[in-house]
Amino acid sequence: MTAVDQLHPELDHPTSAPNGTGQSYRGLAGVPLSLEPLNRKDFTSDQEVRWCPGCGDYAVLAAFQGFMPELGIKRENTVIVSGIGCSSRFPYYVDTYGLHSIHGRATAIATGVATAREDVAVFVITGDGDALSIGGNHLIHVLRRNVNVTILLFNNRIYGLTKGQYSPTSEIGKITKSTPMGSLDNPFNPISLALGAEATFVARTIDSDRKHLTSVLKAAVAHRGSSLVEIYQNCPIFNDGAFDAIKDPATSADAIIPLTHGEPIRFGVDGHLGVVRDQQTGAFSVVEVGEVGEDALAVHDAHLADPSFAFALSRLTDAGVLHRAPIGIFRDVEASTYDDLARDQVALAASLGNDEDALQTMINGGDTWTVH
Amino acid sequence: MKHVNTLDRVVIRFAGDSGDGMQLTGDRFTSDSAVFGNDISTLPNFPAEIRAPAGTLPGVSSFQLHFANYDIMTPGDRPDVLVAMNPAALKANIDDLPRGGVIITDSADFTKRNLAKVGYDSDPLTDGSLDDYQVHALDLTGMTLGAVKDFGLTRKDATRAKNMFALGLLTWLYHRPTDGTISFLTTKFASKPEIRDANITAFKAGYAFGETTEVFAVTYEVAPAPMPPGKYRQISGNLALAYGLITASRKAGLPLFLGAYPITPASDVLHELSKHKRFGVTTFQAEDEIAGIGAALGASFAGHLGVTTTSGPGVVLKSETIGLAVATELPLIICDIQRAGPSTGMPTKTEQADLLQVMFGRNGEAPVPVLAAQSPADCFPTALEAVQLAIKYRTPVVILSDGYIANGAEPWLIPDLNAIPPIDPEFAQASNATDKAGEPVFMPYLRDPQTLARPWAIPGTAGLQHRIGGIEKARDTGAVSYDPANHEEMVRTRQAKINGIVQDIPDLIVDDPADADGRHARVLVLGWGSTYGPIVAAARRVRKTGRLIAYTHLRHLNPFPANLGDILRSYDRIIVPEMNLGQLALLLRAKYLVDIHSYSRVRGLPISLSELARDLEAEIDQLKGTNP
Repeated sequence: MTAVDQLHPELDHPTSAPNGTGQSYRGLAGVPLSLEPLNRKDFTSDQEVRWCPGCGDYAVLAAFQGFMPELGIKRENTVIVSGIGCSSRFPYYVDTYGLHSIHGRATAIATGVATAREDVAVFVITGDGDALSIGGNHLIHVLRRNVNVTILLFNNRIYGLTKGQYSPTSEIGKITKSTPMGSLDNPFNPISLALGAEATFVARTIDSDRKHLTSVLKAAVAHRGSSLVEIYQNCPIFNDGAFDAIKDPATSADAIIPLTHGEPIRFGVDGHLGVVRDQQTGAFSVVEVGEVGEDALAVHDAHLADPSFAFALSRLTDAGVLHRAPIGIFRDVEASTYDDLARDQVALAASLGNDEDALQTMINGGDTWTVH
Repeated sequence: MKHVNTLDRVVIRFAGDSGDGMQLTGDRFTSDSAVFGNDISTLPNFPAEIRAPAGTLPGVSSFQLHFANYDIMTPGDRPDVLVAMNPAALKANIDDLPRGGVIITDSADFTKRNLAKVGYDSDPLTDGSLDDYQVHALDLTGMTLGAVKDFGLTRKDATRAKNMFALGLLTWLYHRPTDGTISFLTTKFASKPEIRDANITAFKAGYAFGETTEVFAVTYEVAPAPMPPGKYRQISGNLALAYGLITASRKAGLPLFLGAYPITPASDVLHELSKHKRFGVTTFQAEDEIAGIGAALGASFAGHLGVTTTSGPGVVLKSETIGLAVATELPLIICDIQRAGPSTGMPTKTEQADLLQVMFGRNGEAPVPVLAAQSPADCFPTALEAVQLAIKYRTPVVILSDGYIANGAEPWLIPDLNAIPPIDPEFAQASNATDKAGEPVFMPYLRDPQTLARPWAIPGTAGLQHRIGGIEKARDTGAVSYDPANHEEMVRTRQAKINGIVQDIPDLIVDDPADADGRHARVLVLGWGSTYGPIVAAARRVRKTGRLIAYTHLRHLNPFPANLGDILRSYDRIIVPEMNLGQLALLLRAKYLVDIHSYSRVRGLPISLSELARDLEAEIDQLKGTNP
């Protein structure tokens, strides 16, 4: 028994979180449950929150602190790892274990935490610069490995903490301090990127829609494996209004393409718009339902093994100034996780015997000689 | 009955194409010599290219073995015997062979085409250019093919057994035992019976050829070396390092988590640790060097023993994360198996030029303890000590090894693991302070007054939730702080913590025996890392000439042992041999304000003991006649 095990005898009792909604939290299997009910205050640290007034990060923090108690797990068995950027201050404000790390590396560090400890729920807080620029390599690898972590990617399409340079999700032609004549490079679509890495859970939500944000984050936690949640998050200082089209009640109906598993993809005022799939190319396009008929609409399936369907949906996102984007869970499929498999290998190997004699035998090796 | 010559030491160099199995041949001869009871020291030397074009100079791979009836310190500067499997191997190595040395070659490989490939205008075996050597040009290929013809192998596969024929011949020539190699081949090729039998047959045929041929009038015996009693094995540096890390993790009760990216010459540590998952070892082959150390640090935060292994180019990439480990004050082991740089440099060649990098290669004031192993077997205790310090002081610790130590081998008195004391990780279990309201709280940066170490509270510990990170921390509470006075205090405290490790470091002992008149040496040779062997061997040689010389060796490069300053000030001349341009010399001059004679060699090879001995004698003689 290791020192770590001794601290966690409850690991002997497999757990799965009760949640009152009937939802099964496979992603939390192995994480011990709190013996007493927790509330929002239990997930609030003593640190003063220091984001700019009006920052979308406040809403995400509030939603997070709101649903964490519902998961039923012990807060001391929660670890939040972040990188660098405005949103990466997040861990300081939540009374769990937290590691505010270095730029781009949160996913790599979280991989170590998650692989080391089955009894810990691991969250990664990152931004568009942190995850997609300096940390792009680690992001695609954590996704392909399917490490059991929940990644909250705050996408404000700008560098905030360094005071307003364009980011890898900024639209082409973005005028910023570092691009006075306009940015030149194509932006990443984080959903497409994650699906390209065959991420097993990929979703998009909006900072200002507390209900949707909460439901998507809970689904992400429930998923066992890497969950990537892109959160459209407004930066009121350096990129204000980037998501106005989908946040403004006057335009949002036509701007948000809602993804609900098993439902035809239909939206717009009075549901006049819908999404159809080209049988030849596999690409989706937005059409007037009146022109094609309701039966022609694509029905969303988040559980397809092949990520192509979800990828094609992700392409409906505007790459330039945002007027329209699919919102919801693009993909949610079950697959083995790296950390579970790694622990299984260690356990299998240990079953061959690992006492002190075995260790001494290993060190002795095969060819020994004795000097008398 | 052939004449038997008794020798006290022999150096053999096996050289051939990268694909000729020279490393394997050398390894086998080494094992047989070690099991026989000789002291051994080895130097594998191979190209970075996996299979350079056959028969060319860049493709030559060699393995040098020094075995003796006394305790030897180096693999030897120059071989007594050169086994050259082809013209390229001969050409690449002949300059190292002293006149009168023995050459054993495969004459079948000395074809016009092969000679031309390496620029020989005429055949050196017949043109008289090797007249000063004892040349045994034997048809190793032909004899091997003849021996294995019944196994139905392709000519190519059959020819590949010629290294075993040569090994058999040398085994006979030096009276080595044969059982070890035969059982090794039986196991290695268990799944390929025809290859197994062909190799064993070739090995036996080589041995029998020696017995029956008239070519060798003399055979040689090197008696076992006297060694302290106990059970021995031979061990390479990377293997000893892996065993040391596993043992330390078990002694600490912490599962070992290795995050690593493949890099020469460190990859064998990853390979080895990957084999021992049964002891709670998790090995994570990361997408890059940064992720390797990042995951290891994450595992440390989670309460495991985080380890990353790399070489110089990897340390560069890990620097930022090492800095984070300094700021978060988490235990972490960084193993730097140094190789020749800068940049890619010479991946398979050795050097000690990362010392200043691991000391200072980070932004801000980011002190890190640094330990260096002095020999292959010494990697084991070095790893144990590094882990012990990392846990006790909650700090990243660097272990320096190098390509020479990593791949070289020596006999190892196997430690009794029961005799190694446990390491207590002393996880924080309860709150350690009270807040203004008198409520118990946990302060993640409230330090132990003795060690200045902060508490290590791992996830899952109720009530000790806390947040740490790379932003400057307020003293005690660990809250984010930009306060000027707090920053100054934290910078100085982090430095003081590392400086304070000196209390755990034993005083340095100088080897400086007095002569018959009670006089001591005026010259001190001070080294670190893998120069240990050449330095001790050179000092012994110098002493045999009647000169006085003192030597000592540093394992602890940060902090230095407490008595180092006094030692430096008690000699008239300090000579520091290093495989760099004087990095330790720079540190010593800066810290102790003493003159240091830097002795630099950066050839990608260990320092030559005979050259060092000669130069040390000159330094001693130069001081003669001057006032002490």
